[in-house]
This record gives sequence, structure tokens and C-alpha cells, in this order.
Amino acid sequence: MHREVLLVEDSPGDVRLTQEAFRDANRAIRLHVATDGVEAMAFLRREGPHAYAPRPDIILLDLNLPKMDGREVLAQIKADSGLKTIPTVILTTSEAETDIVKSYQLQANCYLTKPVQFDEFASLVKIINDFWLTKVKLPQQKQSELA
Amino acid sequence: MRAEVLLVEDSPGDVRLTQEAFREANGSIKLHVTTDGADAMAFLRHEGVHADAPRPDLILLDLNLPKMDGREVLAHIKADESLKTIPTVILTTCEAEADVLSSYQLRANCYLSKPVQFPAFESLVKSISEFWLTKAQLPQR
Repeated sequence: MHREVLLVEDSPGDVRLTQEAFRDANRAIRLHVATDGVEAMAFLRREGPHAYAPRPDIILLDLNLPKMDGREVLAQIKADSGLKTIPTVILTTSEAETDIVKSYQLQANCYLTKPVQFDEFASLVKIINDFWLTKVKLPQQKQSELA
Repeated sequence: MRAEVLLVEDSPGDVRLTQEAFREANGSIKLHVTTDGADAMAFLRHEGVHADAPRPDLILLDLNLPKMDGREVLAHIKADESLKTIPTVILTTCEAEADVLSSYQLRANCYLSKPVQFPAFESLVKSISEFWLTKAQLPQR
């Protein structure tokens, strides 16, 4: 089944790695990319150039982003009754306990640390795909139910 | 490091299956079982017989439970400042869209349908163990 994934990531190298890894893992995924927190929120709220953006099935969210930090994006998603049910997975280089705890306090669905090596990164993407996009039951939400 | 998992499940058969599946998947997991919602909350709050209960790293929660429904347990966990950071995975036979959506609205970390056949069930437990107890970063106890 076709899945829409929003990747919020500012590093072009990591965007490329993620695109390749998802292509290898699952061809039925459409990966959308927002490179800063403001663009991510515009995509989710279907504003401006994103007026016809699809609703993502899951969001992969880096923490360190320009314009609007990933922590702020997470807080806004989880405070929005129309967006909060979209599983939001933190995918970041930070391994700091404070970031982990804070993310779960802000109701991130889970927190993953980005591996540095491509092989490990590809393996992690495969696991994300296997768990979140194949096994997990994701909420369906009709367009008309969104605020 | 040993992971502490709380399974909230009233069906003895499913408890047994889950215990066996986790034993196969990951020998270093300690699986605690509560068989109704009230007991689950007592475990999490270290009340009564559960005074020395460890804080779980992960909660697997069925929806249909006696005494206190799984939906209510989920709501309590996610409203509690000290408990809400514990990843809470719904693991249930219910597949109704309304239950899926309301679980995510109540801040469940994710929702999984329990397969009926053991091989598929074992495979799912293996995925849960791999994802949540090996790859995901969990908040420290």
C-alpha cells in the first residue's frame, strides 16, 4: 500500500541517504522533504505552495533545524488536534538524555538516533519501514475531518 | 541491560504466547504481567503489592480489560507527568478504525493488531522487541 512519509531534515546528505534507503526498503513510499521547521508546519497545514500536500502517514523529524527547531515542530504537531495523531518519529544525531526525555514528554511516538555509517542507516530505515509502515496500524483520517 | 516490559493482558492464553514469544526474541527481557486495568495502574504507581515494582521501559496494553478498560489506562498513563514518557504500545485484537484513531488521540505511541496464529504473533513480538528494545532510544528509568 502506498504510504506518504514526511521527512523533516536540513542536511542534504542525510536527505539523500534517507531517500536512497527508503527506495531500497519500499518502493511504495512517497517521501516528502521539508528542510526547516517552518516549511514542515506549512506542509502539514497545507499552506502556500503546500496547498495540495498529502497528509503524511508518518513524520520523521530531525531535532536541529533552521527557522523552527524540531522540538518546536514536535510541540506544535502534538498540540494540534488535527495533526497529533500522525505518528512522529524523532530521527536525529543527538543522543543526549535530555533530548530523549524532552521528546517523549512532548509526546514523540518514538526516538531514534541516526547512525553515521550508511549501511547501518539503511538498516535502520528498513526497520522503520518494517515496523511503522507494515506492522503498525496507522490512523486513517478523512480530509473532511481536518480543521 | 535488562529491559522491563509491562504486559497488560487478561487472556491467559495470550499472556502465555507473549511470554514464550519474548523468551524466543530476547532473553534479557523481564516481562511483568497485570491482568486488569486497575492492577496495571497499581503496578505503575507502585501501590500495594506492587510497592517495589520496577518502572517499565515499555508497556504493551490490551484494550479490552476487566475492572478498568485499556483505553482508560492509556488515558491515565498519558495524563500522568511521570508516566507519560513510557512508550505505550496498544496490542489488541480490536481492529476497529474508531479504536485505532482514539488510541492515537489518547497519545498511544503505536497500535498493533494481535495476530491469531502463533508464528505471526511470534514474528510481531520479535519486531516489537527489535524496534522498541534494541533500536529506539528510550527515556532512562
